[in-house]
Amino acid sequence: MTVAAAQIARVPNRSGIWYFVRRNPTLVGGLFVLALVALAALMAPLIAGDPILAKPVNRLRPPSQVNWLGTDQLGRDVWARTVYGARISLVVGLSVAAIAMTIGLLIGLLAGFSRTVESVVMRLMDGLMAIPAILLAIAFVSLSKASVSIVVAAIALPEIPRVVRLVRSVVLSVREQPFVEAAVASGTRLPKILRRHILPATMPPLIVQATYVAASAILIEAALSFLGAGTPPEVPTWGNMIASSRVYLGLAPWTIFGPGVALALVVLAVNLVGDGLRDHLDPRIARRM
Amino acid sequence: MGAFIIRRLLSTLLVMGLVGVFIFLLLHLSPGDPAAIIAGDNATPAQIEAIRTSLGLNDPLHVQFGRWAVRVLNGDLGISIFSNVPVATLIGQRVWPTISLAFTTIVLAVALALAAGVLAAWKAGSLADRLVMILSVVGFSVPVFVVGYLLIYVFAITLRWLPVQGYSPLAEGFWPWASHLILPSIALGLAYVALIARITRTAMLDVLAEDYMRTARAKGVATGPMLFKHALKSAGVPIVTVVGIGIALLIGGVVITETVFNLPGIGRLVVDAISKRDYPIIQGVILLFSGVYVIINLLVDLSYTLLDPRIRY
Amino acid sequence: MTAPLLDVQDLKTHFFNEDGVTRAVDGLSFAVAPQETVGIVGESGCGKTVTALSILQLLPPRLGRIVGGRILFEGTDLTTLGEGALRAVRGDRIGMIFQEPMTSLNPVLSIGHQIAEAVRIHKGASASAARARARQMLDLVKIPDAARRLDDYPHQFSGGMRQRVMIAMALACDPKMLIADEPTTALDVTIQAQVLKLMLELKAKTGAAIVLITHDLGVVAETCQRVVVMYAGRKVEEAPVRQLFTCPAHPYTRGLLASIARGKAGARAKRLKEIPGMVPSLREPIVGCAFAPRCQFAVEACRRQQPGLMPVAGEPQHQAACLRVGEVLAS
Repeated sequence: MTVAAAQIARVPNRSGIWYFVRRNPTLVGGLFVLALVALAALMAPLIAGDPILAKPVNRLRPPSQVNWLGTDQLGRDVWARTVYGARISLVVGLSVAAIAMTIGLLIGLLAGFSRTVESVVMRLMDGLMAIPAILLAIAFVSLSKASVSIVVAAIALPEIPRVVRLVRSVVLSVREQPFVEAAVASGTRLPKILRRHILPATMPPLIVQATYVAASAILIEAALSFLGAGTPPEVPTWGNMIASSRVYLGLAPWTIFGPGVALALVVLAVNLVGDGLRDHLDPRIARRM
Repeated sequence: MGAFIIRRLLSTLLVMGLVGVFIFLLLHLSPGDPAAIIAGDNATPAQIEAIRTSLGLNDPLHVQFGRWAVRVLNGDLGISIFSNVPVATLIGQRVWPTISLAFTTIVLAVALALAAGVLAAWKAGSLADRLVMILSVVGFSVPVFVVGYLLIYVFAITLRWLPVQGYSPLAEGFWPWASHLILPSIALGLAYVALIARITRTAMLDVLAEDYMRTARAKGVATGPMLFKHALKSAGVPIVTVVGIGIALLIGGVVITETVFNLPGIGRLVVDAISKRDYPIIQGVILLFSGVYVIINLLVDLSYTLLDPRIRY
Repeated sequence: MTAPLLDVQDLKTHFFNEDGVTRAVDGLSFAVAPQETVGIVGESGCGKTVTALSILQLLPPRLGRIVGGRILFEGTDLTTLGEGALRAVRGDRIGMIFQEPMTSLNPVLSIGHQIAEAVRIHKGASASAARARARQMLDLVKIPDAARRLDDYPHQFSGGMRQRVMIAMALACDPKMLIADEPTTALDVTIQAQVLKLMLELKAKTGAAIVLITHDLGVVAETCQRVVVMYAGRKVEEAPVRQLFTCPAHPYTRGLLASIARGKAGARAKRLKEIPGMVPSLREPIVGCAFAPRCQFAVEACRRQQPGLMPVAGEPQHQAACLRVGEVLAS
């Protein structure tokens, strides 16, 4: 429809934090939940009880004023263990995301710029992607002494190929843009092109991908702990909490659903942040989704 | 077309080869001495050395790889350290529960996801659509074992509608077989359903906005054929792609699901091997599952030309 | 005088979105007799395509709605029909072809299937009977090697041929009326001529009426018997084709005719005359004549009240929505 004559529309208030919250509810909601969880994890010694102290006389008590989420089969406070378990999950999630993104970015950039590197590397990535992530992590962990760093490395490894693919495709498409060709033609050196054009273009999808990697990492870490292929059992993680209390599902479901719900909540929050970021950074997709 | 198939097959073989190399290297590149770890904390140096020799770990790397590769290609996936039974045999004994689980999961998940995705796209913006989207995100976020235990708690323990765990072979009756697989399939397939429903919705939204859908409407085509014959087929390529890639989720989840529901399949085999550090089993199963994944994705690629006649190789 | 095949009475179609209401068609009336070819002409945004979509109620579901008027087809008011009854009309008694042949055919179904589908749905034909009919239609629209082409897919045809396939599809069930929305706009000029010629031949053979939507007055001159000129969602003039060109009575029609290059040698030297000003926004209700702001004949009365349709020069078939028809004709 054609433009109307002089009719000045009311300009909505586009500044301020509340506008941002209204336009990006999923992003803000997810971040809020995550912030709460992170805070709780950081302040664990202050807000939770002792996660390791076992009082067998108190075993399998349902949630009460004393034990917010009840006690497990050794009389340990489930709430305390759940809060402490958040630490491992968040640390693993963040570390895996950071490592996978960094390594993936480097390799992806190389692949995007060098034809030889690309052909070798992409084949390697195809091979790596063919191995289901959990199994690769299991194999990796089972061959080493269990520790948090080993688990982080084991989970990060299978996440790298996807990042490499993403970075490479962004690099390839940005390189073909006229303004990049112009920059090259006018003699701009490579580092500057990288800094000015390539890297800024890779950042948005990379950040979105990082959240999905983090969510996946938290899930895989929990699965590994559950299967007994994760961090050493002395440290309470949500996965090994559920594993050790399995047989009490009927008697004391809180021992399983305390950590279970926490796990689901955190992963959901991370996924929501990812979706929210994606909608925020690329509104064209948002309108459809 | 034939040339394409041959090229794809070669590419597939290459990828499988790489998988083999990776798995082989894993044993040698991970920190720590594999023989010592396999032997356990209480092993004597003599025992460790014995394991090292039995696994041929003293020979140069490429010799080891060559030997290993030849064995694998002959179907010999090694021998379990703890039971001395060939890995291939162990896998063969456990294959049916896993196949049953995979089959029921895939069939139910794809059917449900397509229906949900089509519904969400057709009624875009409505309550049904929002519900599908929300359930998708949730379904994708809750881990398999949590869903599993939740289902067991509600349907098996509390309501007693379905068995708590275990497996009943098909030969012993259809309903026992099916009833033992219902809850595991739901737990395993939930994330898969979420993934496929989302891509179906997106692809369908694109297609429904196309001009040719309006032409179909102008011809008097009814809603059912419009959605499924005209729209869904047109949206097929991205959906089928995700169906193939999502199999990786299923493969990973099989290990967990069989543990939660106590199904005597290949997944449980791997889990038992973890605690015993029985590496040949882990290695053999990874090879098998990777191979399955690669072949499925090859089939997906080949199916494109059936779905979209514009794609010709 | 025979009853009209299609009788559109005071049609009002509005679009609703978060920014407000757009009155795309605002009180349009016209009729089409059996076997007649009527052209609806006007510039982009005047509401002609929306009119075509309104007849078969193919408007985008949540955005557009018929808010008033009646559309009588063979005596039945189409606006009162439910979706099921409408489906029986679409494709069977009224066929429709669209502007973009490149995107209006489903890429994953063979064209034979797409043509036969209409026959199977409406005539209950068996698969083989429908296929035979599809083959017949392809021959009718002059697609060579029809038998083999039935199993081909749209991407294997050129733009002009795809439009022929669309015509075949629309006529497969022998409809009484064909609505053609800018059928040749997206085609090369030479192909345009072929397709128009084909449409006229088919009309002669099948006896279908045609409602031809276009912005191209040349196309109208070649193919239509009567013309309706639309502006800002309303009809401003209606006349038998020759009269419209020789004796345009509405200032807008005059402006349109003056702005196209006519064939005479002298005209080439002159600058093309444009109509000053812009089409009004359809978001606000328009008071008075929609064309008044741009009209050289406008007087105060024109701005106050929307002119009704006045007969022109004693011709019953020729009407113009202008208070100053006399002055326009005299100039």
